Amino acid sequence: MSPSYLQFDGLGRTFPGVVALDGVSFSARSGSVHALMGENGAGKSTLLKILAGAQPPSSGRVILDGQPVNFRGTAEALKAGVAVIYQELHLVPELPVMENILLGHAPSTFGFIRRGAMRQRAAELLKELGEEGIDPDMKTGLLSLAQRQMVEIAKALAWDAKVIAFDEPTSSLSARETDKLMEVIAKLRDAGRCIFYVTHRMEEVYRICDAVTILRDGRHVATHPDLKSVSRDELVKQMVGREVQDVFNHSPRQVGAVRLEAKGLLGKGLSRPLNCKVHSGEILGFFGLVGAGRTELMKLLCGIEKRRGGEVLLDGQPLPAGQVAAAIRAGLVYAPEDRKAEGIIPIASVQENMHLASRWRLKVGGAFIASKKEAEITRDFTAKLGIRTPGPWQEIRLLSGGNQQKVILARWMSGPVKVYLLDEPTRGIDVGARAEIYKLIQTLAAEGAAVIVVSSDLPEVLGLSDRLCIMRQGALVAELPRVEFHPEAILKTALPVELETVS
Amino acid sequence: MSSETATCSAPKRPKFRHLEQLSMAIVCVLVMGCACIFVDGFATIGNATGMLLTMSIVGMLCCTMLFCLASGDFDLSIGSVVALAGVSAVCVANAQNSVALGVCAGVGVGGLIGLLNGSVVAYLKINPLITTLATMQAARGLAYIAGDGKTVTASEDFAKLGGSLSIPWGSGHISIGYSVLVMLALLVIFGVVLHYSVFGRSVLALGGNEEAARLAGIPVKRTRLMVFVLQGLVAGLAGVLLAARLQTGDPKAEVGLELKVISACVLGGVALTGGRGSIFAVIWGMLIMGTVQRAMDLQQIGIYWQFLITGSILLAAVIIDRFKSKLG
Ligand SMILES: Nc1ncnc2c1ncn2[C@@H]1O[C@H](COP(=O)(O)OP(=O)(O)OP(=O)(O)O)[C@@H](O)[C@H]1O
Ligand SMILES: [Mg+2]
Repeated sequence: MSPSYLQFDGLGRTFPGVVALDGVSFSARSGSVHALMGENGAGKSTLLKILAGAQPPSSGRVILDGQPVNFRGTAEALKAGVAVIYQELHLVPELPVMENILLGHAPSTFGFIRRGAMRQRAAELLKELGEEGIDPDMKTGLLSLAQRQMVEIAKALAWDAKVIAFDEPTSSLSARETDKLMEVIAKLRDAGRCIFYVTHRMEEVYRICDAVTILRDGRHVATHPDLKSVSRDELVKQMVGREVQDVFNHSPRQVGAVRLEAKGLLGKGLSRPLNCKVHSGEILGFFGLVGAGRTELMKLLCGIEKRRGGEVLLDGQPLPAGQVAAAIRAGLVYAPEDRKAEGIIPIASVQENMHLASRWRLKVGGAFIASKKEAEITRDFTAKLGIRTPGPWQEIRLLSGGNQQKVILARWMSGPVKVYLLDEPTRGIDVGARAEIYKLIQTLAAEGAAVIVVSSDLPEVLGLSDRLCIMRQGALVAELPRVEFHPEAILKTALPVELETVS
Repeated sequence: MSSETATCSAPKRPKFRHLEQLSMAIVCVLVMGCACIFVDGFATIGNATGMLLTMSIVGMLCCTMLFCLASGDFDLSIGSVVALAGVSAVCVANAQNSVALGVCAGVGVGGLIGLLNGSVVAYLKINPLITTLATMQAARGLAYIAGDGKTVTASEDFAKLGGSLSIPWGSGHISIGYSVLVMLALLVIFGVVLHYSVFGRSVLALGGNEEAARLAGIPVKRTRLMVFVLQGLVAGLAGVLLAARLQTGDPKAEVGLELKVISACVLGGVALTGGRGSIFAVIWGMLIMGTVQRAMDLQQIGIYWQFLITGSILLAAVIIDRFKSKLG
C-alpha cells in the first residue's frame, strides 16, 4: 500500500455566519480514488477549492508529498501538480480545444505561439484519454458537455497533475458518458495519480472509489481507507447522522381525471407528433438518455418553446403556445433542469429566489408582496428540505450547489398548482434530502396534482412513477404501467436504434 | 433533517450587511459635515433649499434610472428628453394658451420617447446603450426643431409651476420649490414600488437573471417596456418643471444629465450590471453629489476642476464598491 501523498491538517474555513470546514484532517494515497461524501453544504466543494488554491483556508494546512503547501492561486496549484475539475467547467468557449488545453503555458518562441507544437501536444493528451475524436482545432463551445469534461482533464494532464479532483462530474452525463469517464478515471489512477471524487451517487462510489472520507456540517466524520469494508447503509448513516428509511414506499393513489393532455404536439426537439396524458393524482415518469428530447418536450408543454403544431390541454382548456406566464397562471409549472442558467438569480436572497414564481398568488392588496406569508413558507421549506443557509436573506450564490437546487425546487413545489413538470429534480441533491423530495412529490400527487418527473436516474423514476414514458431520439417510444417496469427492457428501449443494431 | 443546528445557526442577519447600507449614509453625513464646517455659507437654510432645488431634476430622474439600472438597462436619452419636453411644453402652452395642455404635451412627449426606447429594447432586443444613444440624439434634434433652434420664453402662467411653497419659519419663511416636492414624492413612491411591489421585485429579478425571471412567469418584455416608459414620463415631467423654473424652453438644456444621474445612482451602490439597487442608495449617492457640487460652486472652483473632482469621486466610489462586494 502506497504511503499517503496528500494530507489535510486541521483545515478550517469560515464565511460570515457559516462554518464551512471545521478542523478537517485526513490523508489520501496516490494510485487510488478517494471519494468525498456528505450532505449538501457539508463542505466538499470548499475543501476542493482550498486544495486548488482558489480560496485560502482560515486555518490549517495542506501537505503535499510531505511538504506543506500554501497556494495563493490556482496557477500555483497547477504548477505544483494539483488540478480540480469543477462541475461548471472553466473553459473559454470561443477558443479552439488546443488553446484551452494549454491555456497559460502554450509552447512559444519569443512570445509567439508555436501552433504546430501546440496542436501536436494537445492531440497527444487527447489520445491518452482515448478521445482521438476531438479535433484540437475545433471551437470548444461546439463540444458536448462530456467532451468538454475530457478537454478539462487533458488540461490537467498538460500540467502533469499528480492530484486530480472531480466535483460532481457525472451529474449531467448520460449513462454511456459516465462509463467512459469511469474508464478514464481508472486509467488515471493506475498511472499512479491521486484522484478525489465528489458525488452524491452511491453506485458510482462503489464502482470507482477505493477509499472514502465523509464530512458532515464541515466536520470530518470518518475516513475509510478500504471502501469495500463499509456497507452502503453505514455510509449513509455517517453522512446523514441517522438512518434513512426506504426512500420509495410506493403506495397506490386515487387516480382521477385527465389533467394535462398533449395532442399531436410538434416542435423543436420532437421528431414526430407526440400524444400523452397525465391524470390527477398520478406520477408520470419520463425516462430516456440525455438528448432524447425530454427537456424539449417539457419546454413545449409549459410554453417556454413555441410549439409548431398540436395542442396542450390543461383540465380540458387549451393553453396558448409559447407563453410561460400564462401556463403558470393556469396552474402548470416547470422546474427547469439547468438551474444555474434558468433558475437562480445569483445576487438575490434565498427568500426572493424561492418566491419568484409564486408572487402572483401571494400578493396582497393588488400589487404588493405578502412578506409575512413568504417568510413563513421560506422557513417551512428550509426546514423540510434541509436547506443549509444562515438565513433567508443570504444571497443564493453563496449557498452550496445542492442547496441552491433545493431552493429552486422549493420555488416550484411550494404549489398548490395543478400540474408539476419536474426536470431532473434531484440532481446534485444529497441522499437524505432526496428522500424528503420523493415524499413531497408523493404528497403533491396524493393531493390531486398531476406530476411529471423527468430523470436519467432509472431507480428514481422506477421508484416514483405510476406510469413510465420512454423517449428516444425525439419520440415517445413506449408507455408502461407500473407492473411492467423491467429495468433491462427499459434501458434497451431507451437506447438509440443505430447503437442497438451495432452492438 | 439533521440540520436544525445548521439552518438556524445564525438567524440574525450579520451586522456587516447593515453596515453596507450604512456606509454610504456615513460617507454622506461626513461629506455634508465637512461642507458645513469648511465651506462658508453652506450651513444655512437658504443654501439647503437652494441645493435641493438644483438637485431636484437629477433627483427625480434618479428614481426611474434606479429601475432602469436594476433591470440591467441604461437610458442615455434623458438629458435630451428633458430639453425636448421643456421646449414642447412651452411651445404648446403658448400656442394653445393653456398651461394644462402644455404640461400634457411635455410629459406626453417624454412618455412617447420612453415607449419608443422600451419597445426597441424589449421587443426588438436591441442593446439599450445603442438604442438610447440614438434617441438621445434624435430627441435633441427634435428639441431644436420644435423651438426653431432658439430658446422659447414661457408665459407668466406657465412659470408659476416653477414657483415654490412658502412655509413660515421663525420670523421669516422658507420656500421649497415645487420641483423639490415632486422629487420627494417620487422618491417615496418609487422606493415603495421597488421594495414592496411585485413589479419592483420583478425588475430586480429581471436584472439578476433574465432567463430565470422569464421561466418564473415574469412578463419580462412588458416589465422592461414599463421601466422605459416610466423613465420617459418622469423625464418629461422634469423637463416641464425645469422650463417653468427657468421661464424658458431651452433646447440646449441639460446636456450630460444622464451621466450625472447614472453617477449618482452608482455612487450610492446601484449595480451597473443589474439586479441590485435600493432607493436609499440613490438618496445617499444623490446627496453626496449634490453637496460636493454645491460646495464647489460656493468655493468658486473653476468648472474644469469641477469635472476633474466629480470624475475622481465616481471612480473612487466604484472601486470601493468593488472591494465591498469582494468582501461580502
Ligand atoms: N462564499 C461563501 N460565502 C458564504 N458561505 C459560503 C460561501 N461558500 C460556501 N459557503 C457555505 O459553506 C458551506 C459548504 O459549502 P460547499 O459548497 O463546500 O458544500 P458542498 O459539500 O460542496 O455541498 P453540495 O453537495 O451541495 O455541493 C455551505 O453551507 C455554503 O453555504
Ligand atoms: Mg459542492
